[in-house]
Amino acid sequence: MAKGVRPRVKVPKTASAGEAITIKTLISHKMESGQRKDSDGNKIPRSIINRFTCDFNGENVIDVTLEPAISTNPFFEFEATVPETGEFQFTWYDDDGSVYETSKKISVE
Amino acid sequence: MELTRRNVMIMGTGAMVAFGLPMAANAAGEDLIEAFTGGAEMAESGVTLTAPEIAENGNTVPIEVDADGASEIMVLALGNPTPPVATFKFGPLAASHTASTRIRLAGTQDVVAIAKMKDGSFAKATKTVKVTIGGCGG
Repeated sequence: MAKGVRPRVKVPKTASAGEAITIKTLISHKMESGQRKDSDGNKIPRSIINRFTCDFNGENVIDVTLEPAISTNPFFEFEATVPETGEFQFTWYDDDGSVYETSKKISVE
Repeated sequence: MELTRRNVMIMGTGAMVAFGLPMAANAAGEDLIEAFTGGAEMAESGVTLTAPEIAENGNTVPIEVDADGASEIMVLALGNPTPPVATFKFGPLAASHTASTRIRLAGTQDVVAIAKMKDGSFAKATKTVKVTIGGCGG
């Protein structure tokens, strides 16, 4: 597992039913592309997050496949519809098999 | 330089070399597009790709893709050592088919976004980004 991976997510606390809200996510990860070389000229092996998903109460919002061309500390911004009170689940899948998860509650007024 | 027959021939050869090489480099990207669309025709409108005209740092270039009614959007950087950048799949709760992220670009090149619409058609948008410092280490 890569060290120092910390997901950060920005979701509003409340919304009205059916409202479109903007979600911003950032996860600290070095996203080693597999193209760089160290000081001895050896290739540094690829180590990236290859998939990111966001679900709301089990229903999918967005599913992103990431490639080495995504910058360090992958950032995503997208919009989601909130039909009812519930929880957003965010999941990141690392090349080495680790899974980073976080969730945010939102209440509909 | 006088416009003699010999000079015209030299200029012609130079132009062939200049235009021929980028096409060879794009072959990998073309293959990926072919695999994604299955060789289907792509409309020139329907997808919007927002990217800066000039990016000072190729390590983090902000881009945004937007395609109304798209189920999937694939982003390619044709001049990168590995052209695929990301594929966005939108689920039933996506409010708009918009997503932004930050990408790496190895140098000045075309960034391509291809949207797969819900009705099975495809749309394409291309944007040239000038990169001052490339983002692939060296």
